Amino acid sequence: MRWIWIDRILTIDRGKRCVAIKNVSLAEDVVHDHFAADEHRPAWPVFPQSLIVEGMAQTAGVLVGHARDFAHLVVLAKISRAHFHQIARPGLCLRYTAVIDRLDDSGAATKGTVELIDPADPAAAPSPVAEIDLMFSHLDQSRAALLDLPKHNFIFTGQLLELMRQSGLPA
Amino acid sequence: MPLTQEEVFGKVQSVLVDALGVDDDEVTPEAKLVADLGAESIDFLDIVFRLEKAFTIKIDQNELFPESILTDPRYVLDGKVTDDGMAELKRRLPHLDFAPLEQSRQVADFSNLFTVDAIVKFVNDKLPQ
Repeated sequence: MRWIWIDRILTIDRGKRCVAIKNVSLAEDVVHDHFAADEHRPAWPVFPQSLIVEGMAQTAGVLVGHARDFAHLVVLAKISRAHFHQIARPGLCLRYTAVIDRLDDSGAATKGTVELIDPADPAAAPSPVAEIDLMFSHLDQSRAALLDLPKHNFIFTGQLLELMRQSGLPA
Repeated sequence: MPLTQEEVFGKVQSVLVDALGVDDDEVTPEAKLVADLGAESIDFLDIVFRLEKAFTIKIDQNELFPESILTDPRYVLDGKVTDDGMAELKRRLPHLDFAPLEQSRQVADFSNLFTVDAIVKFVNDKLPQ
């Protein structure tokens, strides 16, 4: 199963800032289930806010992993804050900007903003969707063994690194 | 000018309210971080980050919450803290009151030593006098 909730990484400034985008599409089943028509109202497809948090976790997670050359298992540990201003409908583009607030051997704290870009009015200023602050833990191998996790770096294999490559960024 | 005790407590209170999502009035000096305020292990890292920012101090990894002692077989035997373990904990954590642990020695009771007052004492020791 593919679990990629960002489409392209626009910028990564090592240890500082990462910007990614996600196009919300009617082709995604998830927006049809959220919310499907029922006897009281027609369908109302909206991109779930939980997946907006996931998109930020992937944007910020790549930033945190990249800062240490993907040497650590970077695990999302805490959603410190998630404050939403508006919903995201199909046909719109979400832009995620994550910055590192703190990074050390034990983990990282990131701050993030999510904005909405409307392709119908690309010159308009992006409007705020959410502020999402996260914490990541660097799991070392001994801790990973205690938790019975795989020995390889299962966070940064394949999908996210491939996304970086496809975005034209060196991992 | 050095911060007053009220100012230090107020900042620690604010850090804990933000990190743990609790109300101001829950953050009393005697409140236990884990048992009363619902802190989990990742919250300790969050608290360290926020204390550093709030007081412009540097807190080394394992300085406030040295987990490594409690996974060291020299210091813990069958879930109980050994005499050497108690001595090491007291040396590393002078801001804690170890009286509640002296009786039981149970590792599980260790987290209860972390009260709001202990955090205030820790910060006071780190601040320039």
